[in-house]
Amino acid sequence: MLGIIIGVASVIVMLAIGQGSKKSIQDQMAGMGTNLIFAMPGSEQKGGVRMGNSDAQSMKLSDIDAIERDCPAISDVSPEVRSSGQAVVGNQNWPTTIYGVNNKYFNIRKYTLGTGRTFTNNEIETYAKVCLVGKTVVKNLFDKTDPIGQTVRFGNIPLLIIGILGEKGENGMGQDQDDLIMAPYTTVQKRILAITHIQSIAASAASESQNAAAIDQISKSLRNSHKLKDGAEDDFQVRSQSEMVQTFSSISDIMTALLGAISGISLLVGGIGIMNIMYVSVTERTREIGLRLSVGGRGSDILLQFLIESILLSVFGGVIGISLGIIATKVMATLMNWPVVITTFSVVMAFLVCSAIGIFFGWYPARKAASLNPIDALRYE
Amino acid sequence: MKKTIIEVNQLKKDFYVGEITVHALRGVNLEIKEGEFVAIMGTSGSGKSTMLNILGCLDKPTSGTYLLDGISMGELSKNELAALRNIKLGFVFQSYNLLSRTSALENVELPLFYNSKIKSKERRERAQAALEAVGLSDRMHHMPNQLSGGQQQRVAIARSLVNDPVVILADEATGNLDTRTSYEIMALLQDLNQKGKTIVFVTHEADIAKFTGRQVVFRDGHIIREELVINRNNAKELLKSLPIEDLV
Repeated sequence: MLGIIIGVASVIVMLAIGQGSKKSIQDQMAGMGTNLIFAMPGSEQKGGVRMGNSDAQSMKLSDIDAIERDCPAISDVSPEVRSSGQAVVGNQNWPTTIYGVNNKYFNIRKYTLGTGRTFTNNEIETYAKVCLVGKTVVKNLFDKTDPIGQTVRFGNIPLLIIGILGEKGENGMGQDQDDLIMAPYTTVQKRILAITHIQSIAASAASESQNAAAIDQISKSLRNSHKLKDGAEDDFQVRSQSEMVQTFSSISDIMTALLGAISGISLLVGGIGIMNIMYVSVTERTREIGLRLSVGGRGSDILLQFLIESILLSVFGGVIGISLGIIATKVMATLMNWPVVITTFSVVMAFLVCSAIGIFFGWYPARKAASLNPIDALRYE
Repeated sequence: MKKTIIEVNQLKKDFYVGEITVHALRGVNLEIKEGEFVAIMGTSGSGKSTMLNILGCLDKPTSGTYLLDGISMGELSKNELAALRNIKLGFVFQSYNLLSRTSALENVELPLFYNSKIKSKERRERAQAALEAVGLSDRMHHMPNQLSGGQQQRVAIARSLVNDPVVILADEATGNLDTRTSYEIMALLQDLNQKGKTIVFVTHEADIAKFTGRQVVFRDGHIIREELVINRNNAKELLKSLPIEDLV
């Protein structure tokens, strides 16, 4: 019974830890938005001179309109312009990045609105001096006062804070996703950067399965807008988050393999423990089997008895093991703050495998003993 | 004329140990009638235990015939033999062979447990009656480890009685007991014999054999001597004459 309890419990704990780590990785990836697609200017040629990527000015707002018109696989699209600088409130200042975006950007990047409101179309059209701030910026610039309604200066432009973004935490590469200010793209373009082009395009595919189609459509739309001839090189790059996710999912695959190995080994170890305990305890009872045979028990009577015993033992032990495993997992989650996930699958599998092993190794030595000559079983030492 | 319970003709039993064939029994003829108390004697290796195993339907002879209560056991299957043991035979072993985590009463019930004709109520009643017959009515719910050796052997005797067998087979039943307790067990067996039970008792101790009615002596797989016990000892009387040194 002890073997079964320990076996089942350890398998459940192992699987809970493994699956917990896997899930926390998956959550981080999902947080980035798996449908996200970025388009950035690529290298372009001007009269045979190839220019670097960053200073290309090939993307225009009209590209956004074209994408909205031409790409059915894209649900949301937003221009993106960025500037790094110092944000100042009163006597506090903090280095951060300002993002010029439209209202769809929140959905594309999976930002939520904490408090306040987002931009109105009117504010976008009139280069309004308004912004939303991330939690990190709030923490560094405001003591206890409510930031909404206050003014933050970025560069020399005073911006009215109309909302606070919901907390997003770090992304998969350790970047703080709350350290930013969001303003209408027009405001950043005209008032801060004084440019007319846009730095990149953020879009999201209508669904994850339409990612490939969306990338294809964006590429075609941009080639069309930029009037590139057939055979000419793209002057932009399209990157999808799912490409990055693929990189991550190879990590996830390793996790899955690791998890499989862990559960396989823990099942094996638990199984061997159960096997030994059942085998020894039944073998020790060979004399009892001999006695039962000699007072008139038939082999089948004895087998049935041992089968029922080992089933009861396995089921009871399994149930106790499951409770113990769940308790141990919960304790571990609270004490060590590990991400743990107990799935029905792991519980069922641990239970089934351990019970099957328990029942088999309760039954098999009993069968061997029951088929002995009664005197041999009686004399068994 | 009393009924013949056991009839053995030209019984042979060979064991094969590797290349060597051991002839444990080399053609034994034996007849035991109802109500007899027979001691099977002999040194170790004489074939007496093999004989008892075959008499107990625990082992099959290589050749020869064996009629138990008119039934020939030669052509029975394993399960039929088990049923035969269950109904016709009672065993008492040298090392008691009680189930350790089971009360005396449940130990005695065990043989009836394998007889589907007997309901649980009757099983309990018969087990209680058997324990009373061996003088353990106040120890029914004790575990074997709470009982002395002699008491454990009494439980084993009660177990052999409970199915009302045609013959009780005892294998060195006093071998693990001191003289006084041995005599007590023999007194019990003599008592049962007087009430009509047929008993076959394997022993190598001559003084124990003195309590029985007939001695059959084995040597090298043959019966070398068969004689009625003259001046049969009465265990109860002998007990009285034993010094009571072990009682404080």
